[in-house]
Amino acid sequence: MTSRAHIAEVFMRGLYPVLIIASFWMLLRGHNAPGGGFIAGLMAVAASSAYALIFNSSKASKKMPLLPARLSVSGVLVALASGLPAVFQGLPYLSHPWWTLSLGGFKLSLSTVMLFDLGVYLAVWGAIGGICLHLIETIEENL
Amino acid sequence: MILPVAPLLVPLGTSLLCTLTSNSVQLQRKISLLGSLLLLGTAIVLGVQVADHQSISLASGSWPLPFGIEVVVDRLGALLVFVAALMVLICTLWQMGDVDPAHSSFFYPLLHGLVAGSCAAFIAADLFNLYVWFEVALICSLGLLAQGGTLKHLDATLKYFALNLVGTLLLLTAVALLYGATGHLNFNALAMSVQYVNPAIMQAVTGLLILAFLVKAAAFPFFAWLPASYHTLPAPSLALFSALLSKIGICALIRTLSSIFHPSPEPLLSMLGIIAVLSMIVGVLGAAYHWDLRRILAFHSISQVGYMLLAMALSTRAGDAAAIFFALHHSLVKAGLFLCAAMIFKLSGHYDLRKVGGLYAEKPGLAAIFLLLALSLVGIPPFSGFWGKYLIVRECLVQGEYLWAFLALLVGALTFYSMMKIWLEAFWKPHPSAGWQAAKIVKPIPVTTGLCLLSVIILAIGLFPEPLIGFVNDAANHLRGHAP
Repeated sequence: MTSRAHIAEVFMRGLYPVLIIASFWMLLRGHNAPGGGFIAGLMAVAASSAYALIFNSSKASKKMPLLPARLSVSGVLVALASGLPAVFQGLPYLSHPWWTLSLGGFKLSLSTVMLFDLGVYLAVWGAIGGICLHLIETIEENL
Repeated sequence: MILPVAPLLVPLGTSLLCTLTSNSVQLQRKISLLGSLLLLGTAIVLGVQVADHQSISLASGSWPLPFGIEVVVDRLGALLVFVAALMVLICTLWQMGDVDPAHSSFFYPLLHGLVAGSCAAFIAADLFNLYVWFEVALICSLGLLAQGGTLKHLDATLKYFALNLVGTLLLLTAVALLYGATGHLNFNALAMSVQYVNPAIMQAVTGLLILAFLVKAAAFPFFAWLPASYHTLPAPSLALFSALLSKIGICALIRTLSSIFHPSPEPLLSMLGIIAVLSMIVGVLGAAYHWDLRRILAFHSISQVGYMLLAMALSTRAGDAAAIFFALHHSLVKAGLFLCAAMIFKLSGHYDLRKVGGLYAEKPGLAAIFLLLALSLVGIPPFSGFWGKYLIVRECLVQGEYLWAFLALLVGALTFYSMMKIWLEAFWKPHPSAGWQAAKIVKPIPVTTGLCLLSVIILAIGLFPEPLIGFVNDAANHLRGHAP
């Protein structure tokens, strides 16, 4: 891009982490009860795309934890691996056992479902994010 | 509690790991080889398990049936997974040689992705799940087709995509109608509930489903995608396509006809018989017309799909067994023939039979292997094709379908003509230009190993067919359950 929007850039630097944290919160909470990997992934994509529009697509890509294609593949691998602990407990693949962790006053429930959702989150962020950044890149080239 | 889904997880994992290592071909190669061997091991373990028990199944996530997504490995599934594992191993080996390998860092991920899609379709026990894995296989094969990146490749990709999309939409429509009519998608649940549905609706839905699978299996008149796309592929992809793609449709069709919608409506079966005969004849005539090696072999695939459909149209246990046997035989033989064609191309620089020749003097071993594969395709004893055709023709005669039996034999004779055309043109006749020199193959060991492995298996099936015939008979018995 030829011209830079300074106010938008400053604003975006602060907004990006907030959006990512919001997407994490959505990952843990879900939009309507337990975890929501898919919708949280889309929120992260929105953050990356906004970043790419204000800066550029390669800077947005560097802000992601891995390159988009690798990120989505790692996500699918995490999701596939989340089905394995159940197998060692003698349950069918992709069953999700729950454990309760007592932390003083309150109880924390943990499950491999969280891992699965994390995998979905990363896969969506990587795949859709990669597509969006690529589209923005083609717009940049034509400017 | 993971073994039944292993045929899906192993190639999927391999595909993902190959994507992560896309900047190092060496590493990809090692992972691919390891993944192929692991899949082969899985297939053998599964084969032993299903020979002992009838089938092994798993509903993922401990969901109760019929709501959980179930996979069932029966003898048919195990056999086809074995073929897929063997083919991906040979393709990986081939990729290490220098005879027409694919040059792209996305070859291995797509290769294993295609295998994952087809293996999962072989073991799916749920109609929607089957549809999803059809799609995975379709997307990966599109990727493999588009890899060349030239206009020719994109043209083939577009034709392949457009025609397969029709099949996919038909399948999806049939799945939706069936779900609307019965409320089930699980094969067992469907088999139990179809009898309570209005027979007219059932017949229409079954017809739609069969139509979708026929498109996927490249039967007449839906075969156009196959010769339009195959001739642009590099050798390993071509071998895998010819071994797996049409088999996904065939496998789904066998399951549909013999274990879900049983007894199948009579008019549909006689339609299937006519389509089978037409596929056989049109395929073999198309092959007789062409001079491009890959097109000849691609048209023969259509003709051979006709044989499998013919066996299915008989709708008996022995017919199903013959179809399964033939599918296995055809995968191995056709992949081998395509690989031989790639060798001919490497040695002489052409796929056009009019521009090659004199290869017998250069490579007598290749000539012998090609002859073995070609005679097996034709169905001459003592090779695997003889038993495949014998089983089909015998069952035709037992059922009193003398015309079908006669046509099957006639098509065999025409197949013989075009196989001999290839052999005489490529190997026997002198090369058209006098000062011709065969190209040198620098790394012959990986490709020779692959071809020899295939030939040995085909010869072994031809000489000792009893164990395999017993296995496919049991497979057919299990598919038909208690039905006659």
